Amino acid sequence: MKTAILVFPGSNCDRDLAVAFERATGERPMMIWHKETELPAGIDVLGVPGGFSFGDYLRCGAIAARSPIMGAVRDFAGRGGHVLGICNGFQVLIEAGLLPGALMRNQGLDYICRDVLLKVETTACPFTHGYQLEEVLRIPIAHHDGNYFADEAVLDQLEGEGRVAFRYTDAQGASVASANPNGSARNIAGILSENRRVLGMMPHPERLCDAAQGGIDGARMFSGMLAQIAA
Amino acid sequence: MSLKARVHVTLKNGVLDPQGEAIRQSLGALGFDGVEKVRQGKVIELLLDDGDPAAAKAKVEAMCEKLLANTVIENYAVEIG
Repeated sequence: MKTAILVFPGSNCDRDLAVAFERATGERPMMIWHKETELPAGIDVLGVPGGFSFGDYLRCGAIAARSPIMGAVRDFAGRGGHVLGICNGFQVLIEAGLLPGALMRNQGLDYICRDVLLKVETTACPFTHGYQLEEVLRIPIAHHDGNYFADEAVLDQLEGEGRVAFRYTDAQGASVASANPNGSARNIAGILSENRRVLGMMPHPERLCDAAQGGIDGARMFSGMLAQIAA
Repeated sequence: MSLKARVHVTLKNGVLDPQGEAIRQSLGALGFDGVEKVRQGKVIELLLDDGDPAAAKAKVEAMCEKLLANTVIENYAVEIG
């Protein structure tokens, strides 16, 4: 299975994501600089990594979402390509219009860097296929602007179509306000595109894929992805 | 001749503004009572190589739609001159 990862000025989770992809697939991903205008042929999965692309200027992800490579990313997603956007990558996909809504400043205004608990809300997606439905995972977050916003109609549509991938919950899987780190609408931590092949999420599964990182709850995102897409 | 454009980007009504609320509370702590609400936005100034105000305004509005504002959560207003 072939993977690729976009790299913008200010990306800083691209290498971690590359390690996670390589560990699952056995093949090193291609790293694609944002000034390219085409993606290499034959890619199965494209990663949009975390970081602070373009210094978070204007709005997080806004400048990256208009960079030269994004036309090809839009075409790739339009052809049914799989895209995984993590943290700043989620912000980029939202700004590019590949996922609905907006990611605003955290409600408490603080930059938050810690582990959170997430409930798997759907396994009908290659990226969550490796998990059990309603399983509660521990995954780190590290962001200042992860407060998911969409109007009620969009939120209802996402819920109705089972496109909420992850929700911030307590250890019992209840999406209570105290488990919501950033004020996200309906505790939403990650969402899917209509064709379920584009996932955007604020938490960082690539940071918890090896026991040496203190946990392996992130690893099954990548092994599950391989199992389903390569099958 | 060049024209100056000023873009005001503000959060839409109904979109929570935690920064505005933090400013309101800070004003209260400084003794400025009676501030019922604060909404924070941004101002973007552009110098355009354009002589026609109407054309310049249309161009800047297109910029707002494509980049300067996120119309999911933000409104924009363009002033020319």
